[in-house]
Amino acid sequence: MSYRILVFVKQVPDTKNITGDAMTPEGTVNRAALPAIFNPEDLNALELALQLKERCGAEVIVATMGLPAAAETLRQALYRGADRALLVTDRALAGADTLATSYALSRLVGKLGGIDLVLCGRQAIDGDTAQVGPQIAEKLRWPQICYVEEVLELSKQSIRCRRSIDGGYEILEAPLPALLTVVDANDPRPMNAHRIMKYKRAKSAGEIRGALKGDPDADAKAEAALAELKAQGLLIEELSAAAIEADPNRIGFAGSPTKVKQVISVVLTAGEAKKVSADAAGVSELIHELISDHTLG
Amino acid sequence: MSDKIGNVWIFIEQEAGKIAPVSLELVSKGRELADRLGVKVEALLLGNGVAGLCDELFHYGCDKVFLAEDPRLEPFTVMPFAKVVMDLIREHKPNILLFGATLKGRELAPRVASEKLAGLTADCTDLSIDDFTDAKSGKEYHDKLMQRRPAFGGNILATIVNSWDDPQMATVREGVMKLGEPDLARTGEIEKVQVALTPAETVVKVIERVRADKTVDLRSAQIIVAGGYGVGSKENFKLIYDLADALGGEVGASRAAVDAGWIDHDHQIGQTGVTVRPRLYIACGISGSIQHRAGMSESKKIIAINTDPCAPIMSCAHYAIEGDLNQVIPLMIKAFKAKQN
Repeated sequence: MSYRILVFVKQVPDTKNITGDAMTPEGTVNRAALPAIFNPEDLNALELALQLKERCGAEVIVATMGLPAAAETLRQALYRGADRALLVTDRALAGADTLATSYALSRLVGKLGGIDLVLCGRQAIDGDTAQVGPQIAEKLRWPQICYVEEVLELSKQSIRCRRSIDGGYEILEAPLPALLTVVDANDPRPMNAHRIMKYKRAKSAGEIRGALKGDPDADAKAEAALAELKAQGLLIEELSAAAIEADPNRIGFAGSPTKVKQVISVVLTAGEAKKVSADAAGVSELIHELISDHTLG
Repeated sequence: MSDKIGNVWIFIEQEAGKIAPVSLELVSKGRELADRLGVKVEALLLGNGVAGLCDELFHYGCDKVFLAEDPRLEPFTVMPFAKVVMDLIREHKPNILLFGATLKGRELAPRVASEKLAGLTADCTDLSIDDFTDAKSGKEYHDKLMQRRPAFGGNILATIVNSWDDPQMATVREGVMKLGEPDLARTGEIEKVQVALTPAETVVKVIERVRADKTVDLRSAQIIVAGGYGVGSKENFKLIYDLADALGGEVGASRAAVDAGWIDHDHQIGQTGVTVRPRLYIACGISGSIQHRAGMSESKKIIAINTDPCAPIMSCAHYAIEGDLNQVIPLMIKAFKAKQN
């Protein structure tokens, strides 16, 4: 019995560790200065897929939509144990909000065919919306189980999961195919040294062509390199908007109903804090002040 | 599109016969938005045996409640709920539809928005009505919902507008909208909804459900004493509890303290926890990351106790105490008890 599991991952700027270097003099975030990382909860989704592969047998396909540089995130998924990597990349997809993104990703699921399970991290740390997973499920008319902590049972007919709810947990059972969003409830495995040795050579067509830029014989060399990588199972497959048969009106900027009116940076303002000395007299005076203005008591 | 704009809708979240606080906060905010637009506030109340909750919704400002009762709507599962909400949207065409940014709201709203092909903004912290000109197309929009939300780990605040057909959908963070005063004399209309579910929407089965009400209620606390990584250990959190007990407050925590396993997640304040605005917030050993400040910076009075005078928390505090919380907290307890007597 073998399953086909598709894990959606995202390369994100490391928004949790913004240091002074990543701030411009105007106090805004300089995105380019932030390291690009594997979205943390997507690692939990990948880990869950790899555990299911070990338990039940599965092909684990990892896919992302993003810039050509996102191939690095896919390589890291291969280092951890993914079987196949797909990069959906196209200028026409740029500017997508969650609706347009979920449409494009649902097209990829349809294009691949025969997927039993789609796994996503609960949310990405750049937007924190948690919307793309449920929206993909709806586009496919599949059931969704959000906030999954662990999979208790998997059979060809159905999946049973434990998921987090407010103040507790639920055990839900859904028929396959289904989509799960996964929370930080497992320990993603580290990258495997043997797999790094093998898959560090895995490349996307964009990376191959980029490396050959300026070479008069670039096209022919790229074709040869791609054929060789494919034969070795080291090709990170690239798909354009046309390759996933996406309606041009439903992707990218055109397919996005939400528009950004304004963005302002949250800047640390100079404090006007009253300094209170950390001794009995200072603290006593503070407490007295708070009681007199009815903050306390 | 007709000229008449639709009403403001609030999805009402309920559990065990109680309305979620965020839903009432949204009714209060919805009332304000609806008055500005000259439309009605209407609530969507789904469940089984929940009709008794309608009065409370009227008291907080609803004009009408769409009441959908069916055994298949209890407990909450996302697909039947999405179907009922979608059917209502198709029939009544609301202008605005708001959900609490809770676990339920955050899985239901995107499912509905995807089917409706509507824009959806997550985790809003402010909503208002204004005009909008799309810089790219030059198209002008009148009286749209301005949806403000933190993004990029809380480092930016973005204002988002839905440029497609209604409804304009958003999930709104708990605790950020002010709860209005209930008017017990206020009444409204109840419209019973025919629940039309097909087998396709009931394929997910709830095998087991275990839950308990939260033991802490940070949102309604007037005094919060919060501990961060600087507290140092689980044992030392006793100090935080002691101060909270003495002052009659609740205990909060930063994510760092929760992640360290010193205190339960129910106590977490900040972007991934609860947003609070108490009368007094005492931050003990909390450095004050942007994510934490997003959840407490609107407190009326903030005291920061930190050994580092340059910690970011000091810049949003009203009173800064540079010192060791292990010494300062006992002094505070002593001083408060002395003043009380």
